[in-house]
Amino acid sequence: MDGILEKRKKQIHRTDEAKFDMECGKASLAGSVSQRACVFCGSRVVLYPITDALHLIHGPIGCASYTWDIRGATSSGRQLHRMSFCTDLTEKEVIYGGEKKLYKSLCTLIDKYKPAAAFVYATCIVGIIGDDMEAVCRKVEKEKGIRVLPVMSEGFKGTKKDGYKAACDAISELVGTGDTSGISKHSINILGDFNIAGETDIIRSYYERMGVEVVATITGDGRIDDICKAHGATLNVVQCSGSMTHLAKEMQAKYGIPYVRVSYVGIEDTSAALYDVAEKLGSEEIMEKTRELVAAEVAKIYPELLEIKKDLEGKRAAVYTGGAFKAFSLVRSLRTIGMIAAVVGSQTGNKEDYEQLRELCDPGTILVDDTNPVELSKFMQEQNIDIFIGGVKERPLAFKLGAGFCDHNHERKIPLGGFEGMVAFAKEVHASVMSPVWQFARKNKG
Amino acid sequence: MTMTQEEKEKDVSRNACKLCTPFGACLAFKGVTGSMTLLHGSQGCATYIRRYMISHFREPIDIASSNFTEDTAIFGGQKNFGTAVENVIRQYSPALIGIATTCLSETIGDDIKMLVHMFKKDTEVENLPEIVHVSTPSYNGTHSDGYYSTIRAISDTLVEKTGFCTDNVNVFPGMVSPADLRYLREIISSFNDNYVFFPDYADTLDGPSWDEYRPIPEGGEKIENIRSAGDSAGTIELFSCLDDKNSAGKLLEDKFGVANYRIGMPIGIRKTDAFIDALERITGSHAPAWLSAERGRLVDSYIDAHKYIFGKKAVVFGDEDMVVGITSLLSEIGITTVAAVSGGKSGKLESEIKRNNDASCDKAMIMDNSDFEDMAEAIEKLKPDLLIGNSKGYMLARKLKIPLVRTGFPVHDRFGGARIQHVGYRGTQQLFDRIVNAIIEKRQKDGDWGYTYM
Ligand code: SF4
Ligand code: SF4
Repeated sequence: MDGILEKRKKQIHRTDEAKFDMECGKASLAGSVSQRACVFCGSRVVLYPITDALHLIHGPIGCASYTWDIRGATSSGRQLHRMSFCTDLTEKEVIYGGEKKLYKSLCTLIDKYKPAAAFVYATCIVGIIGDDMEAVCRKVEKEKGIRVLPVMSEGFKGTKKDGYKAACDAISELVGTGDTSGISKHSINILGDFNIAGETDIIRSYYERMGVEVVATITGDGRIDDICKAHGATLNVVQCSGSMTHLAKEMQAKYGIPYVRVSYVGIEDTSAALYDVAEKLGSEEIMEKTRELVAAEVAKIYPELLEIKKDLEGKRAAVYTGGAFKAFSLVRSLRTIGMIAAVVGSQTGNKEDYEQLRELCDPGTILVDDTNPVELSKFMQEQNIDIFIGGVKERPLAFKLGAGFCDHNHERKIPLGGFEGMVAFAKEVHASVMSPVWQFARKNKG
Repeated sequence: MTMTQEEKEKDVSRNACKLCTPFGACLAFKGVTGSMTLLHGSQGCATYIRRYMISHFREPIDIASSNFTEDTAIFGGQKNFGTAVENVIRQYSPALIGIATTCLSETIGDDIKMLVHMFKKDTEVENLPEIVHVSTPSYNGTHSDGYYSTIRAISDTLVEKTGFCTDNVNVFPGMVSPADLRYLREIISSFNDNYVFFPDYADTLDGPSWDEYRPIPEGGEKIENIRSAGDSAGTIELFSCLDDKNSAGKLLEDKFGVANYRIGMPIGIRKTDAFIDALERITGSHAPAWLSAERGRLVDSYIDAHKYIFGKKAVVFGDEDMVVGITSLLSEIGITTVAAVSGGKSGKLESEIKRNNDASCDKAMIMDNSDFEDMAEAIEKLKPDLLIGNSKGYMLARKLKIPLVRTGFPVHDRFGGARIQHVGYRGTQQLFDRIVNAIIEKRQKDGDWGYTYM
């Protein structure tokens, strides 16, 4: 048993192999232990950071319990998003339908918590028992006078990406309904940053220093009112291409708002993002301030990065992310601190993403789509990995095999975006790679 | 005044104090050597359950899924099922595959028994592992129910009677920590070399660093041992908030005439005594001296600390069986339980608390089928001195500015959840020390003098 299922071989490639045609966007094989979640998970992660909305999960309890306050998305205002609300369907509703309970739940919660809007998430069994969620939402919307938006996120109806799309659809319902008077022409929306450990706040402060008005942050530290007037912005700045490009495209078609794709991970990408925005807004004054900002920020962090780099030169990392876009930035960030990305993979990358990755990575790098623990452990050993960069699910595997770990997912409590985020990232990697504990891991004992 | 939450229809759950049924199944299957779990349904459930367990145990936890797609949901899971089982065998070579259903496969009505039967008939795989299946729709119970039904399903599938009678004992522990399980095994083996003890996830969920990759971590009760449970002289169930129809002890009693002793979770002196008594009765051996010494030291510490804690008011929450055990401990040491709360709905919480306790629990609000917001609203006026329960109570403890003594599962905000002890004399000792110190620490912090001795 070499641990790789025959059918998975087309989702694994080495950068020095000749023929390259990654097969991705496939459903996971039955019986594999995928690191992927479900459609619902995709919707939930995108909408979760909207802090003044009610998030009600229509389904059985588990889907809600496992997603209660596990993410690091902070808020500068209300914290209603931290509550886990669920219709907690029981056998009776599975047989006779859950619409009545959904209606009652919504009314009770809206009366009690006075949210700015409500999102109702469909889980797998709602898709089977056939509740008309949209009708219930419409009814409550009329009665309570707030927007009540159904999110069609039945878990089995696709992948996490479809969940992003369902979330974007719900957000589009809001955009365009607010008053946009008084918004500057040098204005943007921040899309696709989720305020993990306050990252949106960091990014927003950069733009403010550049003299750019931020209309809405979607969805990190998000507010319903801001989202409603997002169509008043001049430009959409989209991070995490997978989750929010759909919304950006739609806003372009509907309101003629152009968008740029950016990443705030690493020095190069963050600087490029800010310059891009300044250029698109076409103001020399903004461009000048941006130059000053980037110079000042880089000067602030560079000496420390160089210090850290001394220790990390030549160390080898495995990178496994949700979307592929973040993987690009991580490969570059690792280079900044002298490290090599020897295994790179994502849960939901597409063909072009992997082609780009191949060009970016060093020869001999293993590229992998939708992998599983058996494969990951094999690649880690084969590539002699010093640190794994990914989500919490991969942490114990890395540790067991005597490799370090850095959480680059939504559960972390340390901001890794922007310039200060780059230092935090370097420190995180350094703390794990340089710890003396690895001497006791058996792989190092001869 | 006893306020019981009658089977009132809850409109909505707000910050649930329970998990879903397959979660319990996944935990229980972790307690058998060489076992691998397959959730029959869509992918998200398996991924969520893995992540939730990993955050507590900090161990690799692999749970496969048959990965339903839209087609599967419409046409049934038969094709996925066979492929899934074969892929699990190919990647993990398990000795046992535990199959639990999710809400989805239950709702579309997949007949797993039939699917297993068909699979065995059609597959070309040789030397098939044991296949145990358990039905775990979450709209019908909680993770506790999933845990108990899985013990029962494993027993139902594997246990045989050879006709050879022994003085062996079967012990089924509740959902406790790996450290608890390790200690329970130590106790049981001091009575008799031969015993059956499962689910025992002590090593699979709290194991050493590896020298090489292992698809399935070492540890767990051996399948051969489990098979012999029908020959034992008695079974001890260390939980009591369950229906007979979910009980493996009752099953072995009915099927093989093995007497069942339902003791409950042995937290505190009286409940541990009851456990030790049952062990003595079944095995015919006496408790070893070290165990009596542990009991002696525990009694001594109760006396040493009694004045620090007398009359303090506690709110206890979490899984029903652990709540019952902890309220029993509290009644031994002079702390008043003002509320006992669980998301469980076995219907036994109140009667079990009353059965174990004297009048000291009379005033307690006993709330089953409840969530954290129900609890927050109910205890507002009770002015408790401390909370005892899992880490999900932290937000409430923070709001009330009182300590939270972390017990049970999950403990997501502290290190070492797998090593927290609760049961037996030794576990009670640790829990007792932590409770006393939480109270002392609060007094020390809040006081304006800052005593350096207490
Ligand atoms: S669908 Fe059912 S089994 Fe799956 S996570 Fe939700 S409650 Fe648990
Ligand atoms: S039931 Fe469906 S929606 Fe809920 S966690 Fe499982 S896959 Fe996701």
